[in-house]
Amino acid sequence: MNKTSYKKHFLFLSVLGIVLFFVNISLGSVMIPIQDIMAVLMGENANKESWEIIVLNFRIPKAITAVMVGSGLSVSGLLMQTLFRNPLAGPFVLGISSGASLGVAFLLLGSSLFGGVLMSGTLSNWTLPIAASLGAFLVLSAVIFAANNVRNTMSILIIGLMFGSFASAIISVLSYFSEATQLQQFVFWSFGSLGNLSWNEILVFAVFYVLAMCGIFPILKSLNSLLLGENYAKSLGIPIQKNRNIILLITSILTGVITAFSGPIAFVGLAVPHLARMLFTTSNHKVLVPATMLIGAIVLLLCDIIAQLPTSEHTLPINAITSLFGAPVVIWLLIRKKKLYV
Amino acid sequence: MIMESTNTILRTENLHIGYTAKKKSISVAKNINFHLQKGSFVALLGKNGIGKSTLLRTISNVQKPLEGAIFMDEKPLESYSTKSLATAISLVLTERLPESQLTVFELIALGRQPHTNWVDQLTPLDVEKIETAMTLTEITHLSNQRYYELSDGQLQRVLIARALAQDTPLIILDEPTAHLDLHHTLQIFKVLKKLVSETSKTILISTHEVNLAIKFSDEIALMTENSFHKDSPKNLIENNIFDTLFPDEIIRFDKTLQQFVMK
Repeated sequence: MNKTSYKKHFLFLSVLGIVLFFVNISLGSVMIPIQDIMAVLMGENANKESWEIIVLNFRIPKAITAVMVGSGLSVSGLLMQTLFRNPLAGPFVLGISSGASLGVAFLLLGSSLFGGVLMSGTLSNWTLPIAASLGAFLVLSAVIFAANNVRNTMSILIIGLMFGSFASAIISVLSYFSEATQLQQFVFWSFGSLGNLSWNEILVFAVFYVLAMCGIFPILKSLNSLLLGENYAKSLGIPIQKNRNIILLITSILTGVITAFSGPIAFVGLAVPHLARMLFTTSNHKVLVPATMLIGAIVLLLCDIIAQLPTSEHTLPINAITSLFGAPVVIWLLIRKKKLYV
Repeated sequence: MIMESTNTILRTENLHIGYTAKKKSISVAKNINFHLQKGSFVALLGKNGIGKSTLLRTISNVQKPLEGAIFMDEKPLESYSTKSLATAISLVLTERLPESQLTVFELIALGRQPHTNWVDQLTPLDVEKIETAMTLTEITHLSNQRYYELSDGQLQRVLIARALAQDTPLIILDEPTAHLDLHHTLQIFKVLKKLVSETSKTILISTHEVNLAIKFSDEIALMTENSFHKDSPKNLIENNIFDTLFPDEIIRFDKTLQQFVMK
């Protein structure tokens, strides 16, 4: 595939992304006429004041969240797959998502076990993200510690999986001992949600997102030589240990923050990099990184649109939609291509 | 000695190679002292498991020596940063490449990474080096193919081209002719010989092709359990060194035929 067809693909995906962004904003549990939505977007007044509030304070933040969650998780998946040179790697595999879930579980479910110690204050908007980030960071530290002591990347992958199982087990124990209302709260969080983020929270989210994305620039070059394996990459002048830690840090910041704000969203990180590789038929990261980001954003916008379509009253959990979408895609890819590349 | 050192690209001092596992070191070979002359084609011979790969991996800094020192251009190897070493030594390893969709051109272009800027932008000079490397190894027609579509012989030439594109004074190849038939093996030896004479690079290659090593290489390094000899093929034959290569129950080295024969 040559450069002009790359450009065509990127142009098409960008247009699709922008269209879906607006479709996403115009759909929701409250019917708002298109002209009113356009009016709000142009900074004018809509016919009803409530419509303005819905679009500005609910739908636009939700669409922005969808873009950041989709692109962030997908890039994390791509980085993991390249680092481990394993097409099955993804943010879930390293146990980082489970770590974030563990943090939230301790906060929501642990109160019955530990009494009022953990829940002394009221549940503000911030406690959940902080708990999730702490959990993600804890597992990440353990993984990085293991990574520096274990040379084999395949072992790190398995260690990540073990940490994931370990965290899930603790969550099961916590769930078993917790009360129904708390359990319900946790289950709803684990469904995943793109909404409910205030502009302040979006800002915090965006700061971490941009910081992590900037971290990709200095390692962009090494991602391609990692495709030859670590020994070749090293012989090409790549400081392997340092770059591995940078990749782990970027992934865990992205996964941690995303899981903190929108719950554990499955499959996107695993499936989207493969979609990008299939569409662009390349393993060159200078193409794959932006392609994965674009497709990731598109996929989550689409999933969110599907989630609110079936009834105008209810919104389906986003986590269910991504898995409903992701699992068949991976199966279809394997049947059609017979082979997945890194 | 002074004359010799100016002409030496790499030398080792009482090198002790092996692995460290569970805080214990497993020794593979000891007291290795040799130097590589600039612009020479050197073949490393030795029976299976004697430590040829370990030696090559050690002098190319893939793994650390247990003891002793390695000097590249008279500077200790550990004084080189990963990046500066990448402009001094290029490698062709035996390990399989992970499955990716890289094209032959992209794969060879990776050899230019030590020379390119942070976004890996290829300059006209880089493209020229890549094209020269493809011409020398006769793989220009494969340029746009994915590397997983290639035969073993083609892939081996692509990997050699990648090392060439890296444009280092020393190229180290670990058994580049394993799995290849006689025709392709000969072709690779010819290419390497041509490279040494045309580009004045130094090439160190480990191989089991004794006959071709005798015919093509300027010097042969012979590794056995207790000794390490490096000399011209002619001197090694005259001094009966080849007899030490294998246990002498089944085969022996025939001086006049210049090859191993069955007993």
